[in-house]
Amino acid sequence: MSTLLILGAGSDMAVAIARKFASEKYDIQLAGRNTAALIPQQQDLQVRFGVKATTHMFDAAHFASHTAFYAGLPVPPDITVCVFGYLGDQEKAQQNWQEAATIINSNYTGAVSILNIVAESYEARKQGTIVGISSVAGERGRQSNYIYGSAKAGFTAYLSGLRNRLFRSGVHVMSVQPGFVNTRMTQHLTLPPLLTAQPEAVATAVFKAVNRKKNVLYVKWHWRYIMLIIKLIPEGIFKKLSL
Amino acid sequence: MQKRLANWGNFPAVDSDENAFTQEDELRKYVVANTHMIARGNGRCYGDASLGKHSISMLKYDKMLSFDTANGIMDVQAGVTLDQILDIIVPKGWFLPVTPGTKYITVGGAVASDVHGKNHHVDGAFSGHIIDMDVLTASGETICCSATQHEDLFWATCGGMGLTGVITRVKFGLKKIATAYIRQTQLKAKNLEEVIRLFDEYKHYTYSMAWIDCLQKGDSFGRSILIVGEHATPEELNAAQQKAPLTLPAKRKLTLPFNLPSFVLNTFTVKAFNWLYYGKNYKKVMHKVIPYEPFFYPLDAILHWNRGYGKAGFVQYQFVVSLEQKDGLVAILQRISDKGWGSFLAVLKVFGKQDSLISFPMEGYTLALDFPIRKGLFEFLDELDEIVLQYGGRLYLSKDARMKQKIFWNSYPNAGRFAEIVKQYNNNARFESLQSERLSLTK
Repeated sequence: MSTLLILGAGSDMAVAIARKFASEKYDIQLAGRNTAALIPQQQDLQVRFGVKATTHMFDAAHFASHTAFYAGLPVPPDITVCVFGYLGDQEKAQQNWQEAATIINSNYTGAVSILNIVAESYEARKQGTIVGISSVAGERGRQSNYIYGSAKAGFTAYLSGLRNRLFRSGVHVMSVQPGFVNTRMTQHLTLPPLLTAQPEAVATAVFKAVNRKKNVLYVKWHWRYIMLIIKLIPEGIFKKLSL
Repeated sequence: MQKRLANWGNFPAVDSDENAFTQEDELRKYVVANTHMIARGNGRCYGDASLGKHSISMLKYDKMLSFDTANGIMDVQAGVTLDQILDIIVPKGWFLPVTPGTKYITVGGAVASDVHGKNHHVDGAFSGHIIDMDVLTASGETICCSATQHEDLFWATCGGMGLTGVITRVKFGLKKIATAYIRQTQLKAKNLEEVIRLFDEYKHYTYSMAWIDCLQKGDSFGRSILIVGEHATPEELNAAQQKAPLTLPAKRKLTLPFNLPSFVLNTFTVKAFNWLYYGKNYKKVMHKVIPYEPFFYPLDAILHWNRGYGKAGFVQYQFVVSLEQKDGLVAILQRISDKGWGSFLAVLKVFGKQDSLISFPMEGYTLALDFPIRKGLFEFLDELDEIVLQYGGRLYLSKDARMKQKIFWNSYPNAGRFAEIVKQYNNNARFESLQSERLSLTK
């Protein structure tokens, strides 16, 4: 039986991804800051799918703990999905370093710290799959969310480099650009329905794409072209836009 | 976020600030900091019971906590829907103790409405199968209640339309089954007298209900099809079904993608539908073994069938009158028949005894039918309400979108006691829905 490790297991997207893989008979390791809060989810996976689910304390911002965290897992996971992230408050982050640092650590530094460890292990074993949930916000910096966007840009570039490095070892790295997703993280935003995916749709797309060894997954195909257009706008014009 | 919300009848539709929760501490923080809020499940009640200025969406509060497969006990967070539970329990030989006519409702909603099913005369309503449940009250305290602990809270929460607080967890008993199939018998009844007689004759059947053609007059007044059923035994299945008696064949679902113009449902189509349904029944009595889904959830096969009533929406009218007040049933059906505004969906059922504080069911006849919203409808329904009241009956709050305050207070004998308990747990009426405001349930 295969095992999936989900980093940042409490988010709506993580819940959906864990359920999708559990429905395909993967055992699930749920990792998050508040393990007590993960217990209902652990029970849920066991009741619904009859798989083994475990909970593990993991704090993305506590880099020093990452080696021990990974070594402490009951079995090395076949697939590691990095879901954690923090949208934050752009305006606050412009003035408040604490907020900016939290955004950067949650979306970039923390991910690099843990995935470095996972990558070493997978490279040595010459197998494994790493899935990183990044964001279309990382494809071009915009005034409305460039702290978050730049951290995700870093994460996207990291995943791309990691994919390049691990290819020769038979380890697959997939970057996911979900676009808008209807989750609690975005529930205060008004999202265009056509461009907004449900977490369950993201989970199904991730599962299929992992099996097909896709490199970059855009959950809603529109996003690939929207971001292409956004990236093609000359900087001289782009800087005058209010995006 | 601010959203346009409506329940299954698409009436009323209101702007509401909706927030979803997955963790109890987040939910608690929200509850103690807000007013004018009401918990909301899958939006399958028909009227305004789960609509408020602030909606607490429970759909993500959907973790199954335990399933005791030996004793048939399910413990779930309140946002889990019945269809998800069926998917898990049926293959293990268990079934819901009570289910309404749709499986797309949450367990929290089932409790708040104290739903009933075709087996009410045998198994009672959902509340009778609850082992215990947690309710997050206005003070932020989560109270575990049951028929033997915090009984006042328990009975005011069963059928209490979410006014005592947010139901967060429910543990309930299941029913043992040997197959996923139902042995069904359909019986033609040429009029109301006959169907009532048949209900009595077939009352030993676990499941029973009748489709009633409420537009017929004269000798055919109230002609109907009584449908009764039992969970089938393995011996009653055919060879193919016997190979996997607890598994249903896969099938597709139809969806009505948009609202149909409401004239689609004029008197003509109502009559045509009734005839079609009737014509299928070429024999007086028909037996067959069918999967549980079409037996319990015939309308779930067409997702969003409510769109068939057009943009203006509809009201489902469901009342109950006691067995002694059969004349009341006749009088109301007569008015509906004369008016010709009713729907093809008219369901008649005989309830068994039920002792509860505020739940809808009581021993007697219950009739449910749809009325597309039109000019003059509410005045007409007000007239029907008066007749229901006159015969000592009452209306189902889960279907209600328009009842007048005095009808509720005069028809539910325990309304006063209910309101007292609500006040105790819901200080300053912080849980409040459009319905509770309209009916003055939290004053």
